[in-house]
Amino acid sequence: MPFINKGFHAKRPTDGPHKLPPGQYETQDFPVLTAGPTPRINLANWEFRLEGLVENPVKWSWNEFNALPQQDFNPDIHCVTKWSKFDTKWRGVSLDTLLEHVQLQPEAEFVLAFSYGGYTTNLPLADLRNGQAFIGLQYEGKPLTPEHGGPARLVVPHLYFWKSAKWVQGLRLLGVNKPGFWEEAGYSMYGDPWKEQRYGSDDDDETDTSSLRL
Amino acid sequence: MSRLDWQIGTVAAITTDTPRVKTLTLSLPNWTAHRAGQHYDLRLSAPDGYQTERSYSIASPPEQTGEIALTVELIADGEVSGYLHEGVAVGDQLELRGPIGGYFVWPAGAPDAPLLLVAGGSGVVPLMAMLRHRQRAGLPSPAVLLFSIRTPEEVIYQQELEAMAQADPAFTLLLAYTRQAPAGWAGYHRRIDAAMLAEAVARLPGAPQCYVCGPTGLVESVATLLQAQGLPDEAIRTERFGPTGP
Repeated sequence: MPFINKGFHAKRPTDGPHKLPPGQYETQDFPVLTAGPTPRINLANWEFRLEGLVENPVKWSWNEFNALPQQDFNPDIHCVTKWSKFDTKWRGVSLDTLLEHVQLQPEAEFVLAFSYGGYTTNLPLADLRNGQAFIGLQYEGKPLTPEHGGPARLVVPHLYFWKSAKWVQGLRLLGVNKPGFWEEAGYSMYGDPWKEQRYGSDDDDETDTSSLRL
Repeated sequence: MSRLDWQIGTVAAITTDTPRVKTLTLSLPNWTAHRAGQHYDLRLSAPDGYQTERSYSIASPPEQTGEIALTVELIADGEVSGYLHEGVAVGDQLELRGPIGGYFVWPAGAPDAPLLLVAGGSGVVPLMAMLRHRQRAGLPSPAVLLFSIRTPEEVIYQQELEAMAQADPAFTLLLAYTRQAPAGWAGYHRRIDAAMLAEAVARLPGAPQCYVCGPTGLVESVATLLQAQGLPDEAIRTERFGPTGP
């Protein structure tokens, strides 16, 4: 017999063109969640790197990066803190475009995104390919603001948004799945909103999180 | 049972803190000692199968065993906060899991360091857990709470905070009213600014560990001002909530 809260009903319609992943609610705002102060990044010093298990590490300056082909993306995004936002409007560079610039070593299967300010998060490489991820440079037609991760952030809309590293500085290709900042603190290694993988104990493979600081 | 399995708590008490803020005390069958600053996930289920979740900071200290206090602000049109404010009575049951959160917790790295807590509105809740823990465990860190609220009727935990400040010379309470101050108020009547933060830091005997919690605008501004005062990024922990501009 499932638990029911008497007298509780959804306040908003839950059907329509979008579906909410379990446990989420829709917001029109764009909340900000960050563990510390917002890094302020000088574009003259900004760089983006692809490194690790690649034959030829590459590095772009801000001008070089902005000269790459850019696309518009309108994804639904889902934050582990329970909000979802539909049809967000971004412009940025597809990860497919970036990965064309490197020759991957065969054992490269995972990625650790690293950011200005020290933030890190891990993803399978396969989740960044085939149009699934991009580096966002503009939001709603304007340069991405610092509190939302500007000047550039990773955006991987099909995973919880902490995987979409703000202030991203580069991607390190790895042969092992190494936990990042929140993953070390007990959050899911993968973060599928549709499977509600919020914490390590929600992961399919029963990743051992008993020693983590949840 | 893992602490992240859902459990069913029972509402043991409801107190009204301000016209828009209530505290629910829940007794839990599987209570786990939390760290001050952590939260619980709360899940509501409708008869048609619809479920939604929210996270609420724990207001009670880990010394309050067997139960947790969740302080809930009523959000306009809030699906969950509206239900918790209007639809829940003592004796009702709610589904929860936790404690959760490994970063915005105190004590952290330097457990005896002076503590600067900066709150906007209901952002005071996890900071209150820290202050209650500090008091109940007799921890020695000198502490300042700089608490920004709009009007006198919105000061959450006012009596307890004032009593704590009276009883403990190592704790300073600084209230900053942004819209309306009480009659005869000699304290701050403006938004938190650089001068106010410098005065708060100056009341402490050394460089503090800072915990800042509140609406995004306040947290952005305070964290940036603390950086500008020379505090290292590692000493500034933030938790943000609430709507922001588009």
